[in-house]
Amino acid sequence: MAHPTARITLASPRASRLLALAASLSLGGVAAQAGPPERVVSINLCTDQLAMMLAAPGQLISVSHIAADPLMSVMAEEAARYRLNYGQAEEVHALIPDLVLAGPYTSRYTVGLLRRLGVEVRELPIVERLDDIPETLALMGMWLGREDAAQTLVAEYRTGLAALAPDHDHRPRAVLHYANNYTSGTQTLAHQILSFAGFANIAEEAGLSGGGTLPMEQLIMLMPDLVISGQRYPGLTRAEDVIDHPAMEALRDRHAGATVTDAEWVCGTPAVLSAIARLTALHEGGS
Amino acid sequence: MRFSLLLALLGALVAALFAVSLLVGPAGLTPAQSLAALIRGEGLAETLVMREIRLPRALLAVMIGASLGLAGAAMQGYLRNPLAEPGLIGVSGSAALGAVLALHTGLAASFMLGLPLAALAGAAAAVGLILVLAGPGGGSITLILAGIAVSAMAGALTSLVLNLSPNPFAASEIIFWMMGSLADRSMVHVWLALPLMVVGWALLASLGRGLDALTLGEDAAATMGISLVRLRLVLVAGVACVVGAGTAVAGAIGFVGLVVPHILRPVVGAQPSKLLAASTLGGAAMVLAADIAVRLILPERDLKLGVLTAIVGAPLFLHLIYRTRREGL
Repeated sequence: MAHPTARITLASPRASRLLALAASLSLGGVAAQAGPPERVVSINLCTDQLAMMLAAPGQLISVSHIAADPLMSVMAEEAARYRLNYGQAEEVHALIPDLVLAGPYTSRYTVGLLRRLGVEVRELPIVERLDDIPETLALMGMWLGREDAAQTLVAEYRTGLAALAPDHDHRPRAVLHYANNYTSGTQTLAHQILSFAGFANIAEEAGLSGGGTLPMEQLIMLMPDLVISGQRYPGLTRAEDVIDHPAMEALRDRHAGATVTDAEWVCGTPAVLSAIARLTALHEGGS
Repeated sequence: MRFSLLLALLGALVAALFAVSLLVGPAGLTPAQSLAALIRGEGLAETLVMREIRLPRALLAVMIGASLGLAGAAMQGYLRNPLAEPGLIGVSGSAALGAVLALHTGLAASFMLGLPLAALAGAAAAVGLILVLAGPGGGSITLILAGIAVSAMAGALTSLVLNLSPNPFAASEIIFWMMGSLADRSMVHVWLALPLMVVGWALLASLGRGLDALTLGEDAAATMGISLVRLRLVLVAGVACVVGAGTAVAGAIGFVGLVVPHILRPVVGAQPSKLLAASTLGGAAMVLAADIAVRLILPERDLKLGVLTAIVGAPLFLHLIYRTRREGL
């Protein structure tokens, strides 16, 4: 295994230098610029959406194919207007980007290989708090040289969030129940969305801080007032069977309210405001 | 008399393990609470845990274990070869392929029994193919080689289907289909598997006399009025029903049909008809015990059942290969 990899790493920088040379010749030397990047490729769902919100026309040339999936992306329609990539180092490199946007969970091999090929890769940290979203927007704005656009979005986001400001004495207990009995603990964006909308997260009672599994037996013994189920995808899997398990259905029928998470919950973008608004409405509707 | 004592002991073991299986779980219920919830429905949460989560799990362990023990004993009786086992020769793997195809093409969603019937078709194709290749009383080498080829093909196609699925969770389920698990199954799965299993149990149980006669050789069996063609058809149908239905809801669990008949054969005096009954109970006990163990070893991780059965079964399998080689079979 180690041997062929070593050979690739030896051979590739030479090839990349040739490609980079060809690129800089054909594009008039944009690679060696100090100004904003002109060919940005995003290979992560969350950077896809932030880049689409902030990039100047023509600046963003490709987003990941996941950004075009309406089940996971709030900007699927916009994404369809871009060239879609599958996050493979070779195809990304062939787009001759001067900036690649990735996330902390992007394959280390892909990021490492792109960097060895001389491509600038920036990784956007995971957003775990609602208060981190302005910073994230500002950071993306800085990377793209679009600070003003970012400031506008930050101001809109702050206004939107303030309008939804919590005013709840009563805090019903909610559980996030995803495929494989996965749930989100206290150190997650989903927890913050839940709390801001006036619900207590049951994962806190179970002692979960990050993401983790909450066995169905334990979940039922905790008797939540609201079950927020994970998104269903096409095809039937055992992982998602737990969402419709008869015990969960009985819990929803006989005790708890029910709703589902969707693409708005996934990334730390201003789209979380509509997730909060829908949950708040549920809270005020008396769940 | 001794045989009925053995059955009584095995029955008691199954009953005891069934009770333990109902009492093990992360909810932390006391035995008294569990019983009150299970029988009288006291407390909504407790009742849901007992009736909708633990009861189906214990029932499925009994049903699937019994099926695998019975199928292993029947196949070994017919082939007169202790290495024949649904998991090892690719019958379970092919059933899993059928199930995965049904789940990801929409067949399972379109009608009630789509899932178990597709798994049955996969199992039937594999067991039919193996029996044709190995022939009655076929040599171990042909049997095992055919099994390796069928298993490898079924495993590869299962992985292919799951990798092609648009569902982001599909690919990570390859391990479930290859190793099997009873975690978070429900009464829906019990009702899905039970009808076909009952048919399969009846078919396989009817083989006792024929398999006994077959121990005297094919010619002797034929003079006793046993039709080998019919015997084989019933065997294929029975094995396909029980393994197909079991795999459709719990994945492929290997080695149960190997280990259980191997342990019980000397006790019943190597008479196939008695081994069928004893292996049915023994299989139920083995899967119940394995399913209790996975919950005690790693309570929150869903350790796969096939991991435990293989750790017990694979060394035994090697031992059997060594012995059959020495006996020059």
